[in-house]
Amino acid sequence: MRCAEIVTDRISPDGLLRLVEDGGEGAVVLFGGRVRGRNEGRAVRVLHYEAYEAMAADILAAIGAEAIERCGATQVAVRHRAGDVHPGEWSLLVAVAAPRRAAGFAAARYVVEQVKGRLPVWKREVYEDGTSRWLDGVDPGVRSADEVPMRTYDEGGA
Amino acid sequence: MRQVETGIPIRLLLFGPFREMAGRGEMEISVPPGSRVRDLVDQLRSAPPLDALPAAVAVAVNRRFAPPDRDLAAGDEVALVPPVAGG
Repeated sequence: MRCAEIVTDRISPDGLLRLVEDGGEGAVVLFGGRVRGRNEGRAVRVLHYEAYEAMAADILAAIGAEAIERCGATQVAVRHRAGDVHPGEWSLLVAVAAPRRAAGFAAARYVVEQVKGRLPVWKREVYEDGTSRWLDGVDPGVRSADEVPMRTYDEGGA
Repeated sequence: MRQVETGIPIRLLLFGPFREMAGRGEMEISVPPGSRVRDLVDQLRSAPPLDALPAAVAVAVNRRFAPPDRDLAAGDEVALVPPVAGG
């Protein structure tokens, strides 16, 4: 685990890639989630992320360790934004290094799905007309990591 | 006042829509000895400002998700966790 952070500053793919690329592994996978400029037909001004930061940092570190253990990745680095994030900015970045691409893709996807299923983070979407609403979330329940479903690619979220 | 003196002090954290429901993000509360997570949720749902709380709310105790039958201890940090929306 190279990095598992909840941060209020902007995050960059280059910064995260540098954390995992020094081991000489053959595959590096980067996932970036960005705030949409439009969501469900409405113009978005800003997405406000609220986090239970101490717990979220613990869970992020656990997710990264699980991705190494379960998927065969060698290194994982993940950063998640908190606070106000504007359209086009990165909200979630996941970088994975692995010996082969299959392990790299699997680990990157594992981290993203687990973040969406378990991380204690909430987001309030603020629109250009000044209105806002909490976006629907998923029940984290009291589940083991095995019970967080792998969702299909066309479902909502980053 | 007797119940307050003999109760278990809990630090309650609220986030997102639950924080807005309560009008604050943190509360110091007291629960009767022997209380479990489900008892705390029932207590909170019995009166404003959290009477609209879902019965099946997810709860974390000391930063880990906890089942309804988890015993509560003095000084526990208990968080009510709305449906999560990371990413």
